[in-house]
Amino acid sequence: MTLQQSAEPAVAARPAWRRDKSRLFQEMGMLAPAVALLTIFLIVPFLLSFWTAMTNQPLVPRPTPVRFVGFGNFLRILKDDLFWTSLWNVSRFTFWILPVQCGLAFATALLLHQKMPFQNLFRGLFFLPAITSMVVVCVIWGTLFQYPTGPFNQVIGFLSGGTIEPIDWLGDPNWAMFSIVLLSAWQAYGFQMIVYLAGLQSIPDELYDAARIDGANALQRFWHVTMPGLRPTHVFVLVITTIQAFKLYTQVAILTQGGPKSSTETVVHYMVRSGFEEQKLGYASAVSVILFLIVLVIALLQRQLLRRFDV
Amino acid sequence: MASVTIEQVRKQYGAVPVIHDVSIDIEDGEFVTLVGPSGCGKSTLLRMLAGLEDISGGQIRIGGRVVNDIAPKERDIAMVFQSYALYPHMTVAENMGFALKLKGQDKAAIQSRVKEAADILALEPLLDRLPRQLSGGQRQRVAMGRAIVRHPQVFLFDEPLSNLDAKLRVTMRAEIKDLHQRLKTTTVYVTHDQIEAMTMADRIVVMRGGVVEQIGRPLDLYDRPINTFVATFIGSPAMNLFNGSIVDGRFVTDDGKALPLPPGYSGGAARTYGIRPEHLAIAESGIPATVGVVEPTGAETHLVVKLGAVDTTLVIRDRVDVRPGQSVAIAPDLAKIHLFSSQGSRLN
Repeated sequence: MTLQQSAEPAVAARPAWRRDKSRLFQEMGMLAPAVALLTIFLIVPFLLSFWTAMTNQPLVPRPTPVRFVGFGNFLRILKDDLFWTSLWNVSRFTFWILPVQCGLAFATALLLHQKMPFQNLFRGLFFLPAITSMVVVCVIWGTLFQYPTGPFNQVIGFLSGGTIEPIDWLGDPNWAMFSIVLLSAWQAYGFQMIVYLAGLQSIPDELYDAARIDGANALQRFWHVTMPGLRPTHVFVLVITTIQAFKLYTQVAILTQGGPKSSTETVVHYMVRSGFEEQKLGYASAVSVILFLIVLVIALLQRQLLRRFDV
Repeated sequence: MASVTIEQVRKQYGAVPVIHDVSIDIEDGEFVTLVGPSGCGKSTLLRMLAGLEDISGGQIRIGGRVVNDIAPKERDIAMVFQSYALYPHMTVAENMGFALKLKGQDKAAIQSRVKEAADILALEPLLDRLPRQLSGGQRQRVAMGRAIVRHPQVFLFDEPLSNLDAKLRVTMRAEIKDLHQRLKTTTVYVTHDQIEAMTMADRIVVMRGGVVEQIGRPLDLYDRPINTFVATFIGSPAMNLFNGSIVDGRFVTDDGKALPLPPGYSGGAARTYGIRPEHLAIAESGIPATVGVVEPTGAETHLVVKLGAVDTTLVIRDRVDVRPGQSVAIAPDLAKIHLFSSQGSRLN
């Protein structure tokens, strides 16, 4: 009796391999759209760029065949002073943008985390620059930066009683990158602010209550509850901002075109110029591969850091 | 250790009052439980005691000192939270010693106080661990350790066992009670679980809608609830209540069942008749009822019978052989009957 009972369902059911196979098809079918889109728009171009980087592929096809040049493009890039200048410039940009943008985002998030009337309205207002097109922001800030009579120069002139000379924000090699930093931080801090706000909201109120009972004043609560609670958020924000900073392009392309005297030339701008102005697609692809490797190293670093903070 | 006096305390958020003139006297070394359903104001009252909420009116005194406007850290209290509220980046030892560190005590003093508390709660092997490496019960013990390290005058517990499973809750209940018996520190303990309240407290404060319904020793509340709310809130399974009126020396329920009154009771205003499940028995003769559900728990049997239209619970100490649908006669213990007015106030 027992044998018969246990044997019956096994006969009725489909063999395990067939069941697994049909499930596999079902899962593959569900994955297919995402895989197809990723393959067409991300993986294939990505692999192609590796291949193109090893050729002398021009932007517009020429009668002469495309040649395989191995690591020739990479060697030429590494020998080009302008590439090193652009890498130095984005490093400089990153060095400045990190404290300015993340600091602004953190300070605003702390402010907007307080209980206050119209809290959501303020959060929306402070987030506004982040959803404004960078082109529009560049036009507005381009006007603010105007030399010698733009609003910034007028304010500085007024506050200093005319003792400070007007600054050529975008035309002076000493000021151009700093100006790009200012407008970039203003445009993009909204995203980091939202991330910080989410981080702040994830810290339980009871921890603050416990700290108050333990005798912590506001500063001690900030130091012993808020800051440790935001540790993973800090790491995430710093790494994301760094990666974004290394991809600096739009502001430079619109406002300075890499000048004056290459003081705002960036890796992406250098790449676009090589590919689309000088029409050296193979060379530009090699730049993109180098940029990818730089960003990859930062991303791996991020993983390590996040792991250390047990996220 | 200190006494705690809550005098005519009020709390309102904007125009909405949530605590209405609450007065409670807690003696030095006493274990008092605030109990009531969700939203009754018990946690708010505890937070006001801790100084985490402002007081809208009245006075709170700890050890004779008015603390209305005194910061939490200066009230000499320690609080254990429902979610433990341990600092996630600090080890157990650092969590326990944090308050002392903020006070500026030297390392050796902190270490010895932490060790002393760890000994009491058997936390010694866990001192170097982070909270996330601990089980729920261990975290709760650390939270208690953090409280006792400070040698406060008053312990405040805010539903500390709610996040634990049923078995661990029973163990921790005994630990907290044992701790109180050893330290003799005045304790105010908030819970919505009346069994916790009954088993742990010297006195229970039953609250509803921001008002104190009754204050008393656990068995006093059980035996002589002041109104129908306390009668049904304290005790599990809850007291059986029947609505009706007294006719010809008997209580006649709204659906016509006649229930016997306590001997010598002559008042006529009773509108609700209460009897606890264990004070009803199956008898040779009595009120006819039909068995609905039989729940054997091992030690006792819970029966739900239909008495008229009312589901009535009986707790029988012995094992009984009855089946759903069977007709039985039930008889109340006449000395244990509770009678309430139409407003729900106790009459006998």
